[in-house]
Amino acid sequence: MEAAAPLLEVEGLEVEFRTRQGVARVLDGIELSLEPGRTLGIVGESGCGKSITALSIMRLVPVPPGRIGAGAVRLKGEDLLQASEKRMREVRGKDISMIFQEPMTSLNPVYSIGDQIAETVRLHEGLSRRDSLDRAIEMLKAVHIPAAERRVREFPHQMSGGMRQRVMIAMALACQPSVLIADEPTTALDVTVQAQVFDLLKELQEKTGTAIILISHDMGAIAEMADRVMVMYAGRIVEEAATDEILESPRHPYTRGLIACVPHMEEEPPPERGALTEIPGVVPALTDLGSGCSFAPRCDHATDLCRSRAPQPFAVDADHRAACWLYGEAGTA
Amino acid sequence: MTDRPATAPESGPETVRIERPVVEFLRMYVRNWAAVAGFIVFAAIVFAALFAPVILAVDPFEMVRMHFTPPGHDSYVLGTDNLGRDMLTAIVYGARATLVVGGSAAGLTIVIGLTIGSLAGYYRGWVDEVLMRITEFFQVLPPLLLAMVLVALFEPTLPTVAIAIGVVTWTGVARLARAEFMRIRELEFVKAARSIGSRDRRIIWRVILPNALPPLIVNAALTCGIAILFEAALSFLGLSDPNVMSWGKIIGDNRDYLLDAPWTVTIPGVAIFLTVLAVSLIGDGLNDAFNPRLRER
Repeated sequence: MEAAAPLLEVEGLEVEFRTRQGVARVLDGIELSLEPGRTLGIVGESGCGKSITALSIMRLVPVPPGRIGAGAVRLKGEDLLQASEKRMREVRGKDISMIFQEPMTSLNPVYSIGDQIAETVRLHEGLSRRDSLDRAIEMLKAVHIPAAERRVREFPHQMSGGMRQRVMIAMALACQPSVLIADEPTTALDVTVQAQVFDLLKELQEKTGTAIILISHDMGAIAEMADRVMVMYAGRIVEEAATDEILESPRHPYTRGLIACVPHMEEEPPPERGALTEIPGVVPALTDLGSGCSFAPRCDHATDLCRSRAPQPFAVDADHRAACWLYGEAGTA
Repeated sequence: MTDRPATAPESGPETVRIERPVVEFLRMYVRNWAAVAGFIVFAAIVFAALFAPVILAVDPFEMVRMHFTPPGHDSYVLGTDNLGRDMLTAIVYGARATLVVGGSAAGLTIVIGLTIGSLAGYYRGWVDEVLMRITEFFQVLPPLLLAMVLVALFEPTLPTVAIAIGVVTWTGVARLARAEFMRIRELEFVKAARSIGSRDRRIIWRVILPNALPPLIVNAALTCGIAILFEAALSFLGLSDPNVMSWGKIIGDNRDYLLDAPWTVTIPGVAIFLTVLAVSLIGDGLNDAFNPRLRER
């Protein structure tokens, strides 16, 4: 099962933003690989580079002030960072598509939702207006919107948040992309609707075999959806493993902190969990990261080594890596 | 090719009746009585201009009676001017020049302003810098003087006058369009449009522009009023086509006889005032109708 060739591979991705305070390295050495039909979760607090990772894969990082410094994003072997802008327009929406956080603002208020779904199809498959609207109706049915034939002519303001997010999903999947990037797709929705959207994504994934990159700051959402998890902190991957592995034995102090932040509904919680905690402090400014581990100022286990040198990702187990000095020696990296 | 399932079956009776945007827009516009009055006045002026040769089949330049016949004398409702030409005919025919020049100058203003403003606001960076410096260059020149120079340099014909007015009034539209584009380009649906593979051209014209239109349409109406005033000012100064009757020209021709025959100057003045007022009221009404916050009161 693991043998499938990676559909999407990111290697050594570096992205910088020029700001008034200096150059901020927003992504530093991001590596990821995604197989068809699997789901990769990316977690981290706000400002950790989750969304920028997604935008870089689609090459939608605003180019000044941003700059993709180094690395490769390979889709079925083709390096997208080297591709022409024209080629990228073909890729966007057809091979890789994206759904956004705010369903309230991610649909254009002046067009009917049918037109907006049909737009993707017209752009990539050159269908006529009529055929593309038929496809839009089909897609609305696929995302379980009742009375799709009537709804297709309605405008975004006539729909609820959950409905709009379904429309966004319909729009993103209309051309059957092989990769779907969901950037906090449920953050703006209430909890019951969140569950519905996740169920829908899972159902569509089973049907179409689309690989999903799910970006979230919610460990619960990740636990439910993802096969693998990547934890990001200040533009770096600090830990990566299969979802169960991470939830059962998180290694990096940051990951442990994130998991400890999630309240659990159990009558008798296991004693090692302790009280609900928070991670002290905030994500540091990316313009002055210094040479040490960027999590060191907030970490209980920080040593002088942590403050002076950034750790490499160390293999802590088969298929489980953590970038923390607790799991490697300065000499071995 | 699949068969299209016979145009969307209506599924059951609709419980909530949602008005089409156009209907709702009209309903909001009609609620503002001043805007309705403005529209009626403007429509009457347009009607008179359109059917001038039918209403009054006379040459407005023809001298028909003694000069300075006061209004109401014989059948000359509005009297005659300094050369004995019928004022009523002059006013009705003058509406044509006024509307044509006002309308096309406003149109030109929108085209130039929108193009410059949308490109500057969408691309930002050096494009924005260059275009905004050009805009500022035009902003600091005294508009009336620049328009006079342009008309004097070329032949004083209606197209020249319209272009000259367009060239001096587009800066406001450009700044407004730029601001709207800068705001809308950051909204998520623009990012979404990019993420499905739309190109810049499509994003500018099909995605952002329709969302930026309401303030621009209101502005277009107000610009039309300004253009009419400009046209009047230019023809008052004699910088308009001498072979075309216009309201400004009537005032200009008769300005020396203001005290002896006040009607020759006040009547075209009132015509200009009414037209500009009507256009402004329409602009106001459009503004209200576009503003969703005033709905359902």
